[in-house]
Amino acid sequence: METGVLALNGAEGVVEGIEKVLDRHQRDKTAIIAILQDIQDEVNYLPEDALRYVAQVLDIPLSKVCSLATFYKAFSLQPRGRHVIHVCLGTACHVRGAVRILETLERDLGLRSGQTDENLQFTLETVNCLGACALGPVVVVDGEYHGQMSSAKTTRLLKKLRTGEEKLAASQ
Amino acid sequence: MLMERVQRIHGPADLKRLQEALVQGRDPNKPCITVCAGTGCLAHGCQHLVSAFREELTSHGLAAQVDVRTTGCHGFCERGPVVVIHPQGIFYERMQSQDAAEVVERTVINHEIVERLLYTNPATGEKIVYERDVPFYKNQTRLILAHNGLIDPTSIEDYIAVGGYSALLKTLYTMQPEEVLEAVKRSGLRGRGGGGFPTGRKWESCRQAPGDPSAGSGQAIRYVICNADEGDPGAYMDRSVMEGNPHSVLEGMIIGAFALDSHEGYIYVRHEYPLAVENTGIAIERARAYGLLGENIAGTDFSFDVRITRGGGAFVCGESSALMRSLEGDVGEPHPKYVHATEKGLWDRPTVLNNVETWANVPLIINRGWEWYTGIGTEGSKGSKIFSLVGRVNNTGLVEVPMGITLRKVIYDIGGGISGGKKFKAVQTGGPSGGCLPEGLLDLRVDFDELTKVGSMMGSGGMIVMDETTCMVDVARYFLNFLREESCGKCVPCREGIERSLEILNRICSGEGTPEDISLLEELADLLQGFSLCALGQTAPNPVLSTLRYFRDEYEAHILDKKCPAGVCRALIEYYIDPQACPGCGACVRACPQGAISGEKKQPHTINVELCIKCGACRDVCRFGAVFVR
Repeated sequence: METGVLALNGAEGVVEGIEKVLDRHQRDKTAIIAILQDIQDEVNYLPEDALRYVAQVLDIPLSKVCSLATFYKAFSLQPRGRHVIHVCLGTACHVRGAVRILETLERDLGLRSGQTDENLQFTLETVNCLGACALGPVVVVDGEYHGQMSSAKTTRLLKKLRTGEEKLAASQ
Repeated sequence: MLMERVQRIHGPADLKRLQEALVQGRDPNKPCITVCAGTGCLAHGCQHLVSAFREELTSHGLAAQVDVRTTGCHGFCERGPVVVIHPQGIFYERMQSQDAAEVVERTVINHEIVERLLYTNPATGEKIVYERDVPFYKNQTRLILAHNGLIDPTSIEDYIAVGGYSALLKTLYTMQPEEVLEAVKRSGLRGRGGGGFPTGRKWESCRQAPGDPSAGSGQAIRYVICNADEGDPGAYMDRSVMEGNPHSVLEGMIIGAFALDSHEGYIYVRHEYPLAVENTGIAIERARAYGLLGENIAGTDFSFDVRITRGGGAFVCGESSALMRSLEGDVGEPHPKYVHATEKGLWDRPTVLNNVETWANVPLIINRGWEWYTGIGTEGSKGSKIFSLVGRVNNTGLVEVPMGITLRKVIYDIGGGISGGKKFKAVQTGGPSGGCLPEGLLDLRVDFDELTKVGSMMGSGGMIVMDETTCMVDVARYFLNFLREESCGKCVPCREGIERSLEILNRICSGEGTPEDISLLEELADLLQGFSLCALGQTAPNPVLSTLRYFRDEYEAHILDKKCPAGVCRALIEYYIDPQACPGCGACVRACPQGAISGEKKQPHTINVELCIKCGACRDVCRFGAVFVR
């Protein structure tokens, strides 16, 4: 098998990571969705080369791998930011004003839902209900829940995240 | 987690012995602090509270005398983090880690009540001490959720101590598969995922299906699947059951597999529910360790095992045929259903797919008998149903009630009425496939058939309360927007019908609607209902039709008067500051992202409507309630 197909812009260890995932699933074709999920967990998104590699190793047409990677919302074909911000747009959050929270974030970050800024700091995404309706409107940053959001609280939250990013930049 | 070796269970006597040992080893009078660790309470930081309790107890030298237990969701998410102190059952709400010291010292050691942490009944102003007296709990009938607040979901021993797996052993040792099937049929249990199809009939047709003759072994392979791809926005019952009591679902599945002679099962869990995946995974491991899952279950020759699959974040995969395609590693597109999954389901083999709550009902029916079960509920809908009561209601949370209870009882007696002193407008049931019901239907008895009759449906159990600040046209638009994104696009009626309906609703919300738009919406609804491939498209018009049926005046206000009565639709509203109420504090000036607000210090401010983008930031920050919408 040709492993040279995967030259992930110098990202070392990626091939090994994917190989490990494939082994964990015994290279089972029917586990393709779980395999892609695990690769995304490792790499943070699904690079084109990774899709090609998996298609080749599992002997699945690339077109099918691509159709899976674009059908399921959990997959991202673009690199995602260090902070992933999820805005819940479930019905309970909607009637409590979630749209205004999303708009505040879009305005403040200069991103539309689904986009990542060019410095790979923030990814903004929406989700249809996180099942934390008592907290609505809910924003989840890197897995941490922030409930009963208002536009003012959202602005404060972003400010805090940005300060953290600045500190990180200064320390490097 | 440490998995110590355990003795495999080889029969009812083993299980009974284990249960007795567990119960005896636990002094019922030993103080136990249970902390809810459902997603809502976790988000409120309950894990810090648990460590604070542990530290306090250790510093008082009480670590051995008092248990601290993290449990599944208690359901009263509005008041999280929720703590119950046993054996008394003292209920504390919204506890923070800094309160732990006081509770340990006063309640645990000195048996006093910490008044300020008690729940106050908003109706009477009275402080309530015990969990059982809180109206939110008092008015519920908790069967499925009975143990959520008592057991640690990661401990199979906790589940066995409260009688867990006794239904499975009863099934394996005293019943024939046909008897199990008969019991489920007679119980009248209907699918809790939304469709309400009689579970027993589904099982029966799967059992009777010939299966794949080419399999060769002479034995047809059958599958059982648990659908935990809970996707309806505003609904999180299944999440709480999977997170809080995963063994109850697993036990139901094993019993079902026995009745169906199936040896392989799948649990398809929504990708957004990591805790449910984790707790279910632990449950499977522990059940295997005790010999309650896997080869030769409980010493019999019946074998059955289960795998967890994470969903990929597609709403349509909650539809059974789409879910099966997804399990096969394919794109989750629904298939036409002229051949049922019970005959040709997963990998074209006979398959029974039931929802989380449906499976969790099975052990109850086996243990207490179908006769008992039929005593709960209405003529056509038996048993209890868990609703997630959310939106503009005082007590957001999970509510388990007998079928046939009125909407009014759920929303007012259990839910504590509308939040913020606002007026009730509608309650939405059934997720994106359901409808919005007005005040006039509050005395409707909730069951599968009654809800369908009035143009909504049971769905999986979301119940979203809306008040006068909710615009019903906007709600219809919200659901269609949701469905447009989630439609798989395979069939034209759904793909195009939803898109065009949404276009019309967008037009109406932006003040450009015409009177013909309403009849056009109705025409498109006909098309969607009649010709879509799966239930997603067939039920997509429900939010539109039900709002048109009960709230037509709001559509007309948007179209004819170019007004949004609820003050939601941007194009039709304007923000303004009431000069009488504005003291000129300047908070809104600082909050406005557009610099649209001006005014002298300590003088009433004004909004420049030319610059205003109607984001509402000013109204959020105004402490004087001086910002209004017209």
